[in-house]
Amino acid sequence: MRTIQLLFFFLFSTVIWSQYSIDGIITDENGLPLKGAHVHIASKTTSTLPNGAFLLEKIPGRKQRLYISFIGYQAIDTVVIVNQNLTFNYQMVLDITKLNEVALTQLKKTNSTSVVEEQVSTKILEQYSNQTLGDALKEVVGVSILKTGSTIVKPVINGLHSSRIPIINNNVRLEDQQWGTEHAPNFDVNAAGKITVIKGASALQYGGDAIGGLVLIESEVVKKDTLFGKTIANFSSNGRGGSISSSVQKGNRLGWNWNMIGTLKYLGDRETPDYILSNTGNREQNFSGSAQYNTENYSIGGMYSFYNAQIGILQAAHIGNVTDLYNAITNQHPFVVAPFTYGIDSPKQEVQHHLGKLNFKKWLSDTAVLDMQYAFQFNNRLEYDVRRNSENRKASLDLQLATHTLLVDYKKTFDHWQLKTGANLGYQNNFANPQTGVRPLIPSYQKIDLGTYAIGTYNIDNSMVLEGGLRYDFSTIEATKYYLKSRWKERGYDAEFSHFIVGEKGNQWLTKPKFDYHNLTGNLGFRKQFHHELEWFSNVSLASRNPNPSELFSDGLHHSTGQVELGDLRLEREQSFKFSNTMKKDWKKTDLSITPFINRIANFIYLQPIGFETTIRGAFPVWEFKQTEALLTGIDVNFNWDITQAFSYKTNFAYVNGENLTENQPLIDMPPVNWSQKLVYSNPKWYDFAASLQSEWVFRQTRFPDYNFETNIVVNNELEPVIVDISSSPAGYHLLHLYGEMTFNFGENNKITTAVFIQNLTNTAYRDYLNRQRFYADEMGRNIQLQIKYNF
Amino acid sequence: MKNNLKFLVLFLSSALIFISCSNDDSAVNEEEVITTVKVTLTGGGQIITLESRDLDGDGPNAPVVTVSGPLAGNTMYTGSTIFLNELENPTEDITIEVEEEGYEHQVFYQLMSSLGTLTYTDTDENGNPIGLSFTLTTGNTAGTGNLTVTLRHKPNKTASGVASGDITNAGGSTDAEVSFPIQVNVN
Repeated sequence: MRTIQLLFFFLFSTVIWSQYSIDGIITDENGLPLKGAHVHIASKTTSTLPNGAFLLEKIPGRKQRLYISFIGYQAIDTVVIVNQNLTFNYQMVLDITKLNEVALTQLKKTNSTSVVEEQVSTKILEQYSNQTLGDALKEVVGVSILKTGSTIVKPVINGLHSSRIPIINNNVRLEDQQWGTEHAPNFDVNAAGKITVIKGASALQYGGDAIGGLVLIESEVVKKDTLFGKTIANFSSNGRGGSISSSVQKGNRLGWNWNMIGTLKYLGDRETPDYILSNTGNREQNFSGSAQYNTENYSIGGMYSFYNAQIGILQAAHIGNVTDLYNAITNQHPFVVAPFTYGIDSPKQEVQHHLGKLNFKKWLSDTAVLDMQYAFQFNNRLEYDVRRNSENRKASLDLQLATHTLLVDYKKTFDHWQLKTGANLGYQNNFANPQTGVRPLIPSYQKIDLGTYAIGTYNIDNSMVLEGGLRYDFSTIEATKYYLKSRWKERGYDAEFSHFIVGEKGNQWLTKPKFDYHNLTGNLGFRKQFHHELEWFSNVSLASRNPNPSELFSDGLHHSTGQVELGDLRLEREQSFKFSNTMKKDWKKTDLSITPFINRIANFIYLQPIGFETTIRGAFPVWEFKQTEALLTGIDVNFNWDITQAFSYKTNFAYVNGENLTENQPLIDMPPVNWSQKLVYSNPKWYDFAASLQSEWVFRQTRFPDYNFETNIVVNNELEPVIVDISSSPAGYHLLHLYGEMTFNFGENNKITTAVFIQNLTNTAYRDYLNRQRFYADEMGRNIQLQIKYNF
Repeated sequence: MKNNLKFLVLFLSSALIFISCSNDDSAVNEEEVITTVKVTLTGGGQIITLESRDLDGDGPNAPVVTVSGPLAGNTMYTGSTIFLNELENPTEDITIEVEEEGYEHQVFYQLMSSLGTLTYTDTDENGNPIGLSFTLTTGNTAGTGNLTVTLRHKPNKTASGVASGDITNAGGSTDAEVSFPIQVNVN
């Protein structure tokens, strides 16, 4: 009986609460009405009418956050107590320095109208200041991470990663050889002010190939005429090192504003609960700076960032051949465990990424804006292997990737709708240095990209918005590659691709494979707001991704992973059709968001173990890029509850089911079910004390395909056939993370925040299905991170 | 509008300045490849050679293994092993490199004890075996099996059993691993 009572209470409580309406008139700096200003209270939003008036109804009676913004004006962000019908009349203040931010927000609003965006706040980013972009993104529901060891971390959105998730850094698409699973995004997490994750390909202005989703990184925006900065210092017990990051910002409403940020990171070998992970130290030296000049009707700016990292690869993960792999899997203990050191030996990666951009923005009228941007990126990846001759200190892989992009975007707002259109031109040149003395996995190539798009957003009424977009992309790629004649024959390329052969050298063909792609992509969706703080987002998107150079051209031994990887010139573009819906419901103290999705991918490209190849070094496992019909279905659930003034609770649950429809079995490397919960306590009276306990469950992936193979290894001095189990998933695990912080104020603009962050509190030994090194060693054990942040 | 045009021109020209093609069509001179492992056994008035050649390196073709003949039982053979890269012209003798860096390398031989036992006859600068030369004493029963020759880089030479040729605790990474079918005849 009580239960039923309670149920009724819950069902009707939202209705019973008093509700009020809020209206008002928004004017500009001259007192003239502002049309189209964005007004947001509770979960209701509206835009002002041509006379500047707005009306929002059925606002629950309690403390509510009111947010009013209009492009080019300082936003009003305040808390109001709603206990009667209220009228707010505001005069907005011009804010030229905010043009950028508002433009980005607007632009995001446009493309995400029908898809919920997930944001990673500055607070979370600061918590992961000592770690990686991927670690911070894991806080978002539906995002998991793909790791190579402890320090190479890539985000996985709804089961998809790498080339399927473009990362956009301040409107520049990061071109950092993201094709490899052991290539982490070349980005300093400290340089991000805000990160937005869009699941799916709805943000067409950034490209039509975001089959998995998009990660949008924006710098911190300087809101007023001021000069401020912050320094964050970290110390980690695991790795026995830390990082320091310092930034300074100069803001100005008009005229010049600029910012600078520098980060140094230095860590030694990581540790599991039981042993040292030898050669897993890493270093980073990063810098970025930008400057912008603003006037009333245009702004011009530039930015430069430099990312420089040295990353050690677990010594025990350097395997010679399939015997070593078999032994590693069987022993479940790394072969090399040396005493702790800060030194980084081969195998290791040294990566540099330069990004420079110039942008110009011009307000053509009150409702139209033109944006132009040129960006240059240069990425140099050096991979060092254990060489037979230790005197030889040359890198085994030296790839130099230069990318130029030119963007022109135009946006125009009409009465009830908004148009965004633009075009991009890109040129990319990859140079695989032949001086390494090792056949490069990725060949030299040149690529030209051309794209154009148009996105329209139509406000049917205050509660419903429709959006639709179309995009066309042309891409052409020409590689220069030497194929071993034996490989060319084994791949069966002669029949189809003999016209690519342009020369011959010894036992190799010199080839110039060239491919053209024409892609048409689009998306359609709506957002509908119902009563009782219920919102429904619905989106269908069609995305196309061309096979990347790694998928097309890889051929041979990938030294750092000890496996033969074979690309395929026959691979066709991947096409995804994704349908996703989000229901968001706000109650008084709780809110719930549920996002089921279905992603049907034609020609899904994946790396599949197919057996082994024998060379004089022994047998090596062979992984081949294959193409299949895939179906990904899943659900992301997020629930928040303000239990009391001091306590709050947050939980994320994500499930994805990947099916290989052609082979009628599960897809390989799909993230297992994960469920995280966080209990937060905060007490502002006690030096802004805040603490949280996070529980992270990762279940065993029970759905994996069986790609085990048989090979002969020497047992008791004689060859014997064994099964190499490269398919089985490791057991599930549960981790606890504890976080606490306090802030001390010194004067008006100075404060120091101290924080303790303990990851893997119980020092649990575990392995993760999505870690490429799960065959060789456990994951990191407990890590106690101390952080001091000084704001000035 | 004129101003905008000027900016556009500036943008385009800056883009062009940066575009620089470094097209280098030269092939990689593969330094890491071992194409050939050759074991020579001299004893009982015979010279027996065991050879494994893989002329496409890491390519798909499997090595071609040839054994010149059967071994005689109850015989002591003096053995030596060489490693070559025959893709180089002239052929590169990698054995020299292995010998020079002997403290970082060791050759292991695995054979059923009923067919024969091996003993190292060379040492590196620390007095540990390298394994380029050895003796093989065949058993007194006839039989067939495989002799597996493994070149390990950076093995733990002081680990238990390693100095006497037991690979179990050696660690390190494998630079070459070939198995030769062996036949021991007893007259």
